Amino acid sequence: MPSTVVIRRVIKPALFVACALPLLSVVLAAFGIGGASLGANPVERIQDTFGQWGLRFLCITLAVTPVRDWLNMPWLVQLRRMLGLYAFFYVLMHFLTWLILDQGFYWSGILKDIGERPFITIGFTALLLLVPLAITSTNKMMRRLGKRWKALHRLIYPICLLAVWHYYWQVKADTTEPLIYLAIVLVLLGWRAWKTRSGRASVVAAREPS
Amino acid sequence: MLIRRPRPGDSAAILPSEITSESAYLNRRKLLQAALAAGVAGIGAGWVSEAGAVSDLNVKRNARYSLSDEPNSYEDITTYNNFYEFGLDKSDPSENSSRFKPAPWTVAVSGEAENTGEFALEDILKGQAIEERVYRLRCVEAWSMVIPWAGIPLADVLKKFKPTSKAKYVAFKTVLRPEEMPGQRSRSLDWPYVEGLRIDEAMHPLSLLAVGLYGKTLPNQNGAPLRLITPWKYGFKGIKSIVEIRFTEKQPPTTWNISAPHEYGFYANVNPNVDHPRWSQARERKIGAGIFGSRVPTLMFNGYEKEVASLYKGMDLKKFY
Repeated sequence: MPSTVVIRRVIKPALFVACALPLLSVVLAAFGIGGASLGANPVERIQDTFGQWGLRFLCITLAVTPVRDWLNMPWLVQLRRMLGLYAFFYVLMHFLTWLILDQGFYWSGILKDIGERPFITIGFTALLLLVPLAITSTNKMMRRLGKRWKALHRLIYPICLLAVWHYYWQVKADTTEPLIYLAIVLVLLGWRAWKTRSGRASVVAAREPS
Repeated sequence: MLIRRPRPGDSAAILPSEITSESAYLNRRKLLQAALAAGVAGIGAGWVSEAGAVSDLNVKRNARYSLSDEPNSYEDITTYNNFYEFGLDKSDPSENSSRFKPAPWTVAVSGEAENTGEFALEDILKGQAIEERVYRLRCVEAWSMVIPWAGIPLADVLKKFKPTSKAKYVAFKTVLRPEEMPGQRSRSLDWPYVEGLRIDEAMHPLSLLAVGLYGKTLPNQNGAPLRLITPWKYGFKGIKSIVEIRFTEKQPPTTWNISAPHEYGFYANVNPNVDHPRWSQARERKIGAGIFGSRVPTLMFNGYEKEVASLYKGMDLKKFY
């Protein structure tokens, strides 16, 4: 296990920079730096990039606990908050790109879309559910909420499912990619369900008189 | 931001004129590719070029059917494509289509017509003046372009085959070549792609069989060597790389309608009042408008209402979407 100093001084800063790379790639392409370009439809490219990374970071965040157990690396949990906040950041950027660049603050259309287009309703719901998680991500809030913090942060499970659903409904013909994300999310959630059940079973077994 | 601005007398300054423009750069590449293709094939280019290259066409602008709007750049038109036969991403067709061979090309004509059989593309085009028409193109995904197509009126071609009175519809089919079209190796859609028009739609003067754009033959990613253009309909009606034309009495099946019948109808007329079940069709993003170019309202029949509205008189366009 790396020391606390290494985690704080090396791993966390490195992870912070790595997680910002998708944002950096968009910024570089927007300014045409290094020959990069956003292509013929820059707004769509920006929106898709942020959306994809939002979903990826949600999956990565959801994977922290299982991977910690599989690889027996308890310190991984210390990275979870940053990953989750990056997920929120990219989802928020995805939403703001839609709101500002795509819709151009065209409120009547925006409200109609959120209300009437199921895939937008679902995506917007996922974003709203992420807000309390981001707000309560500080140490202070963790302490204040105590046991309820964990219950609240289980919201990440439905959020991940909503995000995959949002992506699935948005695709025109080829649903392979959304289904891959669905499989990943189901494995990560299924592992939790299985662990909870077998955990309970072993507790029951331990209680039984031998 | 720190940007070094050249000052007068600054010897290191690069004049804008000294930098190769993008279009010159692209032209140079095209020339090299064309020279290479012609050299490998060992022939002088016919009117259709070899794979990957385009050649010049002799076109004349038809002002009656041309917009005054500024067309999109050649680069935008040839790198942002929906042509699932070459992949699902917009950049896939331009990146994955270089192995496709648009020459030689024949079209099979069948069904309710007197003059049926296999026709070489050269024979279909013989004696036809190629017109340039600047049309709007509205994709069902709510983006749009302005494109200077080169082609011939579909009606002129169809009349050559002498359709009978039983010919109520025209069906089109795209070539099936999974070895040259990587997208056809996956089952994203039912291959080959099929489309169709009612005969009066097909005979409408706006319907165009395009063989080129920007005064050059069609690049593979845009549907070489022969594709349909119906500017008042969503782009997916514009079937590409056509190898079959069939006159039918009954309404022919169409690929997107087969794939998702409640989302894509047979008519697929551009209509801001009838939304796609999953997104609004009221406004569109104009390609080329840049990051801060906001959406603009979509026009009924994509702005061709005066010309085509009479085709659909008395029809409930919410039902026949």
